[in-house]
Amino acid sequence: MSAISASEKVDGFTRKSVRKAVRQRVCQGSSQFAASSSRPAAPEISALPQLKDASSTEQHELFMQKLQQCCVMFDFYDTVTDLKSKETKRATLNELVDYVSTNRGVLVEPVYPEITTMVSTNIFRTLPPSENPDFDPEEDEPTLEASWPHMQLVYEFFLRFLENPDFQPSTAKRYIDQKFVLQLLELFDSEDPREREFIKTILHRIYGKFLGLRAFVRKQINNIFLRYIYETEHFNGVAELLEILGSIINGFALPLKAEHKQFLMKILIPLHTAKGLALFHAQVTHKACSIISDTLKPIVVRGLLKFWPKTCSQKEVMFLGEIEEILDVIEPTQFKKIQEPLFKQISKCVASPHFQVAERALYYWNNEYILSLIEENNAKILPIMFANLYRISKEHWNPTIVALVYNVLKTLMEMNSKLFDELTASYKCDRQREKKKEQEREELWRKLDELRLQETSAIQNNRCAPCIATLLPTDDGPFL
Amino acid sequence: SCSCTVVSKQPLASKMAGADSDDSLYPIAVLIDELRNEDVQLRLNSIKKLSTIALALGVERTRTELLPFLTDTIYDEDEVLLALAEQLGNFTMLVGGPEYVHCLLPPLESLATVEETVVRDKAVESLRKISHEHSPVDLEVHFEPLVKRLASGDWFTSRTSACGLFSVCYPRVSSTVKAEIRQHFRTLCSDDTPMVRRAAASKLGEFAKVLELEYVKSDIISLFTALASDEQDSVRLLAVEAGVSIATLLPQEDLEALVMPTLRQAAEDKSWRVRYMVADKFSDLQKAVGPEITKNDLVPAFQNLLKDCEAEVRAAAANKVKEFCENLPEDSRETIIMTHILPCVKELVSDTNQHVKSALASVIMGLSTILGKDNTIEHLLPLFLAQLKDECPEVRLNIISNLDCVNEVIGIRQLSQSLLPAIVELAEDAKWRVRLAIIEYMPLLAGQLGVEFFDEKLNSLCMAWLVDHVYAIREAATCNLMKLVEKFGAEWAQNTIVPKVLGMANDPNYLHRMTTLFCINALSEVCGQEITTKHMLPVVFKMSNDQVANVRFNVAKSLQKIGPVLDSNCLQTEVKPVLEKLASDQDMDVKYFAQEAISVLSLA
Repeated sequence: MSAISASEKVDGFTRKSVRKAVRQRVCQGSSQFAASSSRPAAPEISALPQLKDASSTEQHELFMQKLQQCCVMFDFYDTVTDLKSKETKRATLNELVDYVSTNRGVLVEPVYPEITTMVSTNIFRTLPPSENPDFDPEEDEPTLEASWPHMQLVYEFFLRFLENPDFQPSTAKRYIDQKFVLQLLELFDSEDPREREFIKTILHRIYGKFLGLRAFVRKQINNIFLRYIYETEHFNGVAELLEILGSIINGFALPLKAEHKQFLMKILIPLHTAKGLALFHAQVTHKACSIISDTLKPIVVRGLLKFWPKTCSQKEVMFLGEIEEILDVIEPTQFKKIQEPLFKQISKCVASPHFQVAERALYYWNNEYILSLIEENNAKILPIMFANLYRISKEHWNPTIVALVYNVLKTLMEMNSKLFDELTASYKCDRQREKKKEQEREELWRKLDELRLQETSAIQNNRCAPCIATLLPTDDGPFL
Repeated sequence: SCSCTVVSKQPLASKMAGADSDDSLYPIAVLIDELRNEDVQLRLNSIKKLSTIALALGVERTRTELLPFLTDTIYDEDEVLLALAEQLGNFTMLVGGPEYVHCLLPPLESLATVEETVVRDKAVESLRKISHEHSPVDLEVHFEPLVKRLASGDWFTSRTSACGLFSVCYPRVSSTVKAEIRQHFRTLCSDDTPMVRRAAASKLGEFAKVLELEYVKSDIISLFTALASDEQDSVRLLAVEAGVSIATLLPQEDLEALVMPTLRQAAEDKSWRVRYMVADKFSDLQKAVGPEITKNDLVPAFQNLLKDCEAEVRAAAANKVKEFCENLPEDSRETIIMTHILPCVKELVSDTNQHVKSALASVIMGLSTILGKDNTIEHLLPLFLAQLKDECPEVRLNIISNLDCVNEVIGIRQLSQSLLPAIVELAEDAKWRVRLAIIEYMPLLAGQLGVEFFDEKLNSLCMAWLVDHVYAIREAATCNLMKLVEKFGAEWAQNTIVPKVLGMANDPNYLHRMTTLFCINALSEVCGQEITTKHMLPVVFKMSNDQVANVRFNVAKSLQKIGPVLDSNCLQTEVKPVLEKLASDQDMDVKYFAQEAISVLSLA
């Protein structure tokens, strides 16, 4: 908002502190309620007789009436009005939950549309704008859904409905369709973790029971991820959706379908670039490790190397952890395919001035399996690692790191003392060679830049020759 | 001024080599090695200088060797790809001019399909740029097929990129190709991934502008209607903007039937994001549909947006209040504002959300010019006053920053009587940031109120800030004095503020004594040599004997600062001895700053 930026300049308040200072309400009403002045009051609802007291012939009719009654919505942001009706609805919902979970034979065909309508009316809504646009799920308290006392029961009821042994997917699929699922998926963006937890279970049940919706659900989840990664970087339910996909894709036989391979390459690995990675990293790692077959592991490692964090040390630590988990289960032949780029990165991490990154990378040498892989390929790995290890053993500011580096150097020396000695001996020469190469590069660029300057002045002085290939020989040009 | 007689067709590299008499100066391998450097940063630097490399290679080898290499190796880090995509947009001359510009299409086509949005967008931007350099024939032979390939790509990224390219080639191709392009655009508007529909919706307005009116009516309207009722609100909200563009293209008599039903529906969309978009584009919309529709449709729609249940929407609408009122048809402007808009505005003044109030505060003052003096005094002033006393500092600030427009309408006397007490109250606000903000507006207010009025009402405040207990306020107060002197002149300074400032040199609190020095630093230049030498300098000298070292080294710093204002005689005979004395002070900081002053003023 322009008003904010204008005052930021003069006032120096950050948006966040203002917001926090004056933040009063913890719960938020749903967007579906207009401002109370312009909204007609909700019709009062009065308690109907209990279902258990009705005769079996009346029960069905009463069940339908109660479902319709529960379609009346109340504004929970307004804490004073409709108290009695709110309580009636709460009690009715409770009764309905009970009714579908304990009774058999109540799910006859006409109740399906009524149930779907009641559930849709209660839960589907445009999520309100976040109270706190800089919402940081790690730091800030989430804004909780104000109408939760009712909504929770609606979710509960819907779940029991899906889990009822009489539930017929063939009947329900006319109502629980693509549009329904799409709206359900959008609710994963809810800031209220209780709500996301419910939807997760519900979506899981729907996925299990409606075979016809499965491909659609997977595709829409992918779309949400793609929007999150490449467009908005904002979606509250990433972790939950990953958990769902985790259990879905586990259910697939190897070899992996092209669709899942694409998911891995185009979504799961790029998800690592998201700034909110910390919130769902456990789920990402779990998935990356569980779904990938051995031949795909090098691809995943290369993907991670491509997206290696440049400025965020915490993320680097996470990446190192994830790589270690993959290495733990990698076949030696696959390891060989990635060892060079991988250890070039590890060598950089070891030399990181951030001691947690350096420490996390050096811990690889405590992992026996990785150690055995390094040993097996020491002729390749040692030359990559040596220069940085040698340098930081003398330069790193943190004594713990220096001690760890000494141990690693010692281990490497024991692996191949001959190569180690050669590398030590050539260390200085190599550095000088690098320096010389660097100077040559600079020289090359200096000359290229000179050429460019000549070229520019040639074009400027020489309007009649628009083509760049008109540089005069140096001895002829009056301007050179 | 053409002195060029030799137009060489030789590649530049060999010419350069000739000049340096070294045949192997720039073999392509060396240059390509630079683009392959293992270190990403170096690789990035090389890519950013790609034009230099191309220059060294000459146009032919750039076409035959460099571009194929680039096309084949597009698997790099996104940062490198971004730089590459940008570079290629400026490469036309480097491949030999418009005749060869199509050589740039293959690498840009690959870049337009990558996942990372910024890379893709940059590639599209470059493609759009070079599309203008294609001849009509090349456009059909090379460019348009590329657009088609992208539009029918498997992965959503290429289809998304295609959306941005239709409008640049449409105007310059044959009617058969035009028909194909329209067909492709139609297909993408109903793509099954929302990402592509969003891209299409965001380019719909732009595409409509290059289409012939008959196709706007036959094609675009139906696409617009469909996108505006998409199941995803992220698509619907982009259609709103397109709707505004489309409305500007249609003749007045078609608006009602073709776009208004959809726009009306958007203003009442169930998603607040869509309503927000309508509010945000309201002024453009108003201009696009003209006065009649504004009166009949937009006024009630705007009232609803101002009363929306979501604060975000209300704030967006509040931001548009002034513009909307300004653009109302003149004959009924005042009536509409007074009967329809003002009641909503009054409610917004006491809105529960601070962002809404703050948005309103940033424009509300503008209404006074539209409504004139009497209405302002009667209806608006109470609102200004209420906002000036709002609990939220942002709201108060937005009012203060716009005082000038009210001043013009009702005059300074009226303004001061009604608003000044509130400003004075803010000047003593318990929050130092609020005080700080007020100080920053003092020069502006001073300019508006004039010197007499200022002396009477505000001068004492400005002096009081000099002894505020927060340093930031004292510092700002010092700077404020300088700006006031710039406005009111040296004579005013000498009579009103200099005596008070200098008086503080005897304050028992050393912080206040230092404030005197800071003020002198700020004022010496604007006050000029005479006042500085005659009045300020003696006080500074006297303070060089202060018992607090901080004061003494600030004396050294002040002398360094005001030195340039003094004449050389004074520097030599008066300043130099004082600095020399300080340079032998027992405190090392005092010594340091004294020596620094001596060397800067070249008194050694």
